Amino acid sequence: MTDDKNIFNKELKVINIGIDTFPKDLKAQGVDVISVDWRPPAGGDLDMLKLLEKLEG
Amino acid sequence: MTKRVIVKTDTYRDSVILMRISNSITEVEGVQQAAIVMATALNKDLLENLDLLIEDVVEATPSDLVIAIEAKDEASIEVALLEVDRLLTTRETSEEGEVIPKTLSSAIRELPNANLVMISVPGEYASREATKALRRGLNVFLFSSNVSIEDEVKLKQLAVENGLLMMGPDCGTAIINNVVLGFGNSVRKGTIGIVSAAGTGLQQVSTIIHDEDFGISQAIGIGGNDLSKDVGGLMMIEGIKRLAEDSATEAIVLISKPPDKEVSNRVLEAAKRSNKPVVVIFLGGTSEEIERHSVVSAATLEDTSKAVCALMKGKQPTRTIFTAERNEVVALADSESKEFTSDQQFIRGLYTGGTLCSEALVILSPLLGTIYSNSPLKQEYNLENSSMSKDHTCVDMGSEEFTVGRPHPMIDYTLRKQRIIREGEDPKTAVILLDVVIGYGSHDNPAGELIPPIKEARDAAKKEGRRLSFVANIVGTDLDHQNLRKQQKQLEEAGVIVMPSNAQAVRLAALIATKGTIADLLFEEDT
Repeated sequence: MTDDKNIFNKELKVINIGIDTFPKDLKAQGVDVISVDWRPPAGGDLDMLKLLEKLEG
Repeated sequence: MTKRVIVKTDTYRDSVILMRISNSITEVEGVQQAAIVMATALNKDLLENLDLLIEDVVEATPSDLVIAIEAKDEASIEVALLEVDRLLTTRETSEEGEVIPKTLSSAIRELPNANLVMISVPGEYASREATKALRRGLNVFLFSSNVSIEDEVKLKQLAVENGLLMMGPDCGTAIINNVVLGFGNSVRKGTIGIVSAAGTGLQQVSTIIHDEDFGISQAIGIGGNDLSKDVGGLMMIEGIKRLAEDSATEAIVLISKPPDKEVSNRVLEAAKRSNKPVVVIFLGGTSEEIERHSVVSAATLEDTSKAVCALMKGKQPTRTIFTAERNEVVALADSESKEFTSDQQFIRGLYTGGTLCSEALVILSPLLGTIYSNSPLKQEYNLENSSMSKDHTCVDMGSEEFTVGRPHPMIDYTLRKQRIIREGEDPKTAVILLDVVIGYGSHDNPAGELIPPIKEARDAAKKEGRRLSFVANIVGTDLDHQNLRKQQKQLEEAGVIVMPSNAQAVRLAALIATKGTIADLLFEEDT
C-alpha cells in the first residue's frame, strides 16, 4: 500500500457520481465535493456499452 | 380527464430527484397522477400500468426523460408542467457559476486532490464508473445495488491490488475521517474502528459507542456480500489490515451476518493478526468459531458496542438484557399489557433497517417461536405477501418490494404510516415495534411523521375496546440534525416507549406481548 492512496487521517475530497443529495450532506460537513453531470453512457444501450467497453479494453 | 406525455431526449436526472419531483407534481391541484421518470424498461412498465405509455416513450432510451401527467383539465397540466420545469432546473448542489464536469476525468481536473469517488448511478452502469475511479487511483464508496457478484469480485481485487478501499456495492454508510458518507450518524471522533457488511448494524454500533462516551476512528462499510464464498471477505480483510496499521485506532469491531465458513476463518485470522482488541458480531451465528481465534464474540449489536467499550476501559465485556432493573421492566410490561384483550398477543415489527430486522428475528425466535418475515431466519417462515402480517411478524420495509419506484422508508414514511394503521386494525396485534433511524440521508423529523398514525391507530383500537402498545428504538445521536433527545421526547409524549437499543426494544416487545409470562426465560439469558 502506498501512503498517498491511504485516505485515513487526510482531508477528504470527494467526486460524486449519481444521487444529487449526497453532495449536500458532504458540504454540510465541510467537505470539498464536486458532482459529475452523469448520464447513461451509449444512450443507455447496454449492448452498445458492452461493445464500447471491449474497445476501451 | 386529460393526459400529457412528453419525452425530453438526452436529459438525465437521478431517481431520488425524480421521485421527489413526481411526488411534488402529484400534489399540484387538479393532478390525478404524475410520473417523471427516465425511460428505462422498468419505468416503461410503470407507465403502462398507469395507462400513460405512448409510442414516443416506447422508443425512448434510458437517457431520455419522460414527463407523464394526468389531470382534470388542460389548465392543471400547464401549471404542473411549469412546476416540473422549475424543479428540473433547480439542482441542489450547483451554485451559480459552478462548473459541472461531465466526466470523471474532467472532475479530477477540477478537484485535483480528490481521494474518494461516491457512486450511486443505476446498478448496470455502476461497475464501469467504479472501475474507472479505481484505475485513476481513487477510493470508492459504491452506494448502487444490483451489481453482479462477478463484478464485485473484480472491483475489490482491483482495489486491493492498488491499495484502495472499495466500499460496496450496496454500501449504505461509512464514516471516514469523521465524515459521514451516505446514510449515517454524527458521532464523536475516537479510537474505535469498524468494518461492517451491514449498514444499520454499523449505525446502531457507532451510535451506542458514542452514547458510551467513546468515538469512532474509521467505520468502513463493505456491502452485504463481502463475506460470501465468492467475494471471500476481500474488503473486510483489507479493512482489518488498514485499521491494524492505523495509529489512531486502538480497538476493532467487525459486523456481518454469518459468513461462509472458510471466509470466516480467514477474516478471524486477520483479526487475530491485528494485535488489537477485536469484537466480532456474526449476527445469528455461533460464537465458538470466533472465540477459538481468541477474539471476543457478541450476540447483539448493543453487546458488540458495549464489549468494545469495556475492552477500551480494560474491563471484561458483559451482556445487557435491559439497562433498567428487572422489576422496573416487568412493571412496565404489566402496565402496557393490562388492558389487552385475550386476542391481543402478537408483535408486529415494522423495520426500515434490514440488520435491525434480522436482529429482532434472532432475539425473538428463542423467546416466541415462529416469527414471520419477508427476510425470515428459515424459508418456511417467509410471508406469502410482505404487506400482510401473520401472527408474530417482523418486516423489513427497506427491501426491494417496498422500494421500487419510491424512496427508502427512512426518507419517505408513507408506507410505514399506512402499515401502522393497518396493523392497529388487527384485533390480534398487541405491540407495534419500530426502528427510527435518524442522521444524514434520513427524514428531517421522523417523530413528526410517526405520531399522527400512532394516534390514529390507538384511537381506532380504543373505540373497539383495545389498547395498542408501541415500542421503538431510535438509531442516532444528540449530534444528528434531527437530535436524538428531541425525537425521543416527542415519541414519548405520544405514549411510545423508547428503548436504548434495538435489542432492548425487541425484548420489551416480547415481554409486553406475552403479558410478562416469558420474564424468567428472558432473564435466564443473563445467567
